[in-house]
Amino acid sequence: MADAIAPYRIKGETGEWEVVVGLEVHAQITATKSKLFSGAATAFGAEPNTQVSLVDAAMPGMLPVPNKECIRQAVRTGMALDAVINRWSRFDRKNYFYADLPQGYQISQLYHPLVGEGEVEVLTDEKDESSAKRIGIERIHVEQDAGKLMHDQHPTMSYVDLNRCGVALMEIVSRPDMRSPAEAGAYLRKLRAILRYVGSCDGNMEEGSMRADVNVSVRKPGGELGTRTETKNVNSVRFVMQVVEHEAKRQIELLESGGSVSQETRLFDPDKSVTRSLRSKEDAHDYRYFPDPDLLPLELDELFLAECKASLPELPDVKRKRYEALGITPYNASVLTAEVETARWFDALLEAGAEPKQAANWVVAELFGALNRRGENIEASPVTPARAAELLGLVADGTISGTIAKQVFEIMLESGEGAAEIVEKRGLKQNSDTGAIDAEIDKILAANADKVEQYKAGKQQLFGFFVGQTMKATAGKANPQVVNERLRAKLA
Amino acid sequence: MSELTTKTIAELREGFRSGEFTAREIAESFNNAVAAAKSLNAFTVETPDDALAAAEAADKARGSGELSPLAGIPLGIKDLFATRGVDTTAGSNILKGFRPPYESTVTSNLRKAGAGMLGKLNMDEFAMGSSNETSAYGPVISPWRRKGSNVGLTPGGSSGGSAAAVSAGIAPGVTGTDTGGSIRQPAAFTGISGIKPTYGRCSRWGIVSFASSLDQAGPMARTVRDCAILLEVMAGFDPKDSTSLDLPVPPWETNLSSNLNAKRIGIPKEYRIDGVPAEINALWDQGIEWLKDAGATPVEISLPHTRYALPTYYIIAPAEASSNLARYDGVRYGLREEGVKTLDDMYAATRAAGFGAEVKRRIMIGTYVLSAGFYDAYFTKAQKVRALIKQDFARAFEQCDIILTPTAPSAAFGIGETTDPLAMYLNDVFAVPASLAGLPAMSVPGGLDAQGLPLGLHLIGNELDEQAVLNAGLAIEERAGFTAKPDKWW
Repeated sequence: MADAIAPYRIKGETGEWEVVVGLEVHAQITATKSKLFSGAATAFGAEPNTQVSLVDAAMPGMLPVPNKECIRQAVRTGMALDAVINRWSRFDRKNYFYADLPQGYQISQLYHPLVGEGEVEVLTDEKDESSAKRIGIERIHVEQDAGKLMHDQHPTMSYVDLNRCGVALMEIVSRPDMRSPAEAGAYLRKLRAILRYVGSCDGNMEEGSMRADVNVSVRKPGGELGTRTETKNVNSVRFVMQVVEHEAKRQIELLESGGSVSQETRLFDPDKSVTRSLRSKEDAHDYRYFPDPDLLPLELDELFLAECKASLPELPDVKRKRYEALGITPYNASVLTAEVETARWFDALLEAGAEPKQAANWVVAELFGALNRRGENIEASPVTPARAAELLGLVADGTISGTIAKQVFEIMLESGEGAAEIVEKRGLKQNSDTGAIDAEIDKILAANADKVEQYKAGKQQLFGFFVGQTMKATAGKANPQVVNERLRAKLA
Repeated sequence: MSELTTKTIAELREGFRSGEFTAREIAESFNNAVAAAKSLNAFTVETPDDALAAAEAADKARGSGELSPLAGIPLGIKDLFATRGVDTTAGSNILKGFRPPYESTVTSNLRKAGAGMLGKLNMDEFAMGSSNETSAYGPVISPWRRKGSNVGLTPGGSSGGSAAAVSAGIAPGVTGTDTGGSIRQPAAFTGISGIKPTYGRCSRWGIVSFASSLDQAGPMARTVRDCAILLEVMAGFDPKDSTSLDLPVPPWETNLSSNLNAKRIGIPKEYRIDGVPAEINALWDQGIEWLKDAGATPVEISLPHTRYALPTYYIIAPAEASSNLARYDGVRYGLREEGVKTLDDMYAATRAAGFGAEVKRRIMIGTYVLSAGFYDAYFTKAQKVRALIKQDFARAFEQCDIILTPTAPSAAFGIGETTDPLAMYLNDVFAVPASLAGLPAMSVPGGLDAQGLPLGLHLIGNELDEQAVLNAGLAIEERAGFTAKPDKWW
């Protein structure tokens, strides 16, 4: 059993501090290609204002109609996070004026969200099961995204792009259960992995399909919760960790110099790695939330829920445990399940008949090494799972040695040929013919009579020398096991 | 062919089908009548070409034997309905010049049935008002006048242009909308019939929203039968409106029957309120007699939360409106006030210039009742009372099949006579409870008061039972023999 991981503490002038973190993650439902309440498309990078319906532009008399597939994806996501799915939920309007918000309100869910409490298990150290921690999910609600203002198109005017307006978001609100930048990072990575397994969100943080509002407060370990600040729209795991670190430090310095933290919204500047105040609580809007009278409550029936449940794939934690049960090391299991594409590839490899433990070692060491070197991702791997299974099969049945396998793999990467074909064509087959091996061994022992003497006199380490000589003489193709056996017999 | 304008929709339909006259003749008659009635200020836009084009299509189709339900019938359309390429302003400056690139579902249904459009009808701004005085186009003048008086009267509101057009005989039928009495009160003031169906019967898609949970479209016409004919075409499920009812539209016209044998008529005791003129209560008693004569049995019922209906309505409707009207911000369409520095200044200047006093008042009331600290005391409480009012009706309909009340607490009043907003709101005291409960309700003319002004009787039906409302309306219509028409002064 590994030692418990030491808690993350920040040393201040007045002693140690603990940081308390909660995340609100906005994840775009990318599984559907249309918006939450209109049929408009949602492709990334389209020309401004080309994906805007009359509903999105809030023309007079236009009405929202819920996109069933968006609701389905949010329910599946909730199920994947072990969360309570509310059979009855409702949309509310959040009212405020801004040029990127045509309706003058955002349709969201304040009072009765679609998904209630759930949790996510994270490992802050993937080699160490004892670093496991459960992070609570408070709720997931479904809401519309706003449009975008462009300030760089004209010297005195701002332009509005409504393409994102009405895009479906899931707001996944965590409990304030994280206590370090590493935990915040691990939680966000895990959440992203689960969303990608489920397929509801592509997790693409560069394109804005996932972003986080980071709530941070500090306190003396075990003390009362401090006042929190919220840093909006942080768009990478690294930045989230930086925000936690810097915001905690800022708050501690403030508190230790006799000041107080004010509840406010802040923005992160990734260039300077600092956060700055956007607006204080006093300037906070009164959003006048109320149930959207254009929409009926969402009522989910058991059939719909059963279908959602049945459609869920095997999720990372279950998969990891299954891999471990197959004899795969916890580290390898963790690495292989971290990304859905890797897991998918590895499952195909197992399906093609590869032995799990050998296959896991090979993927983590050989395949990842090669892909890294070549700058390719696993989906574009020139060696398919079926071809890899063939290669591993040749090692397992003794046709080639591990050393030869590396050579064969390099040729496979370049030529795209199959392993057996390469071995055949290039004569790389392992030699297990005892007669031939005996003949080589006899020659070597004869040529090194002095060494044989020394060995027999007790210089055991010379055994390796005889093995090496034999392998060299057979150009590496002799079966090392057979060589060992025969040498031991002849030197006995 | 000016006598065509005196005919009902059923008569026009019959004459057109039998070849007695053409659709073109009908359209021209009404186009001429509209053009000659500008002093009523009933229309905000006249569209004679639209009416003629539909008429020509109808005449052509008749030649080849096709007969759409409303072929040859030109209608007036309340300015709250989006009409493709035709100004749609909701009676507001903030939408001045707005021409939607789309057509509301209800008007699409009417057009598909062969109807043409005479023009867009004046109304209270964003349907907020009971007198048509809040319109940015100025008030509609009722065709009716008090005996021996030239004082201009209101046609009621918010569907004031609609009511005036039908009662003046310049449109055979019109669309209206009713959020808290906006079809029924003007129908009563002008001696015509108008029905608000069950909430969800008519799609709200393409109707400028006032209060989404209350807004319903409905027809106004000279007779109960004409209302049934129009409502059958206007109603129907629309997947573009989440609150639309996915139910077939019953053949209301075919099933019209004034035989009320075995029907029980509920008379709510709480609707006997102080300050209502004796003439109105007398007409109500007369209405009971007429329904008895048609075979029905009157029963006294209780709707105990009636007195809270008006305050409840004036919390919920403004709350929804304050949010629904946020989209009129000067950014994408309609009015924009230039020459200001910041975005917030532009919003303020645009909305200050674009909205009239009553709309601003309701936006402020709505904003207040939804704001932090007041939400539970006002909005949540109002939602609870609304549920109780619905429950009152559900219980009442265990004892009766239809409810009879007066439509409005007074006859039409003079333009400018009612300046206190609260006094104005009282106009809808009998109409609002059915709106809050989402029930079908109708006003039919019952008679004239001592000053020669029309008074209406109000029928409230159970959920989805428009047929009972129409049938009771027909029974009153047959017995009231209301044939009075305003003397033409315009």
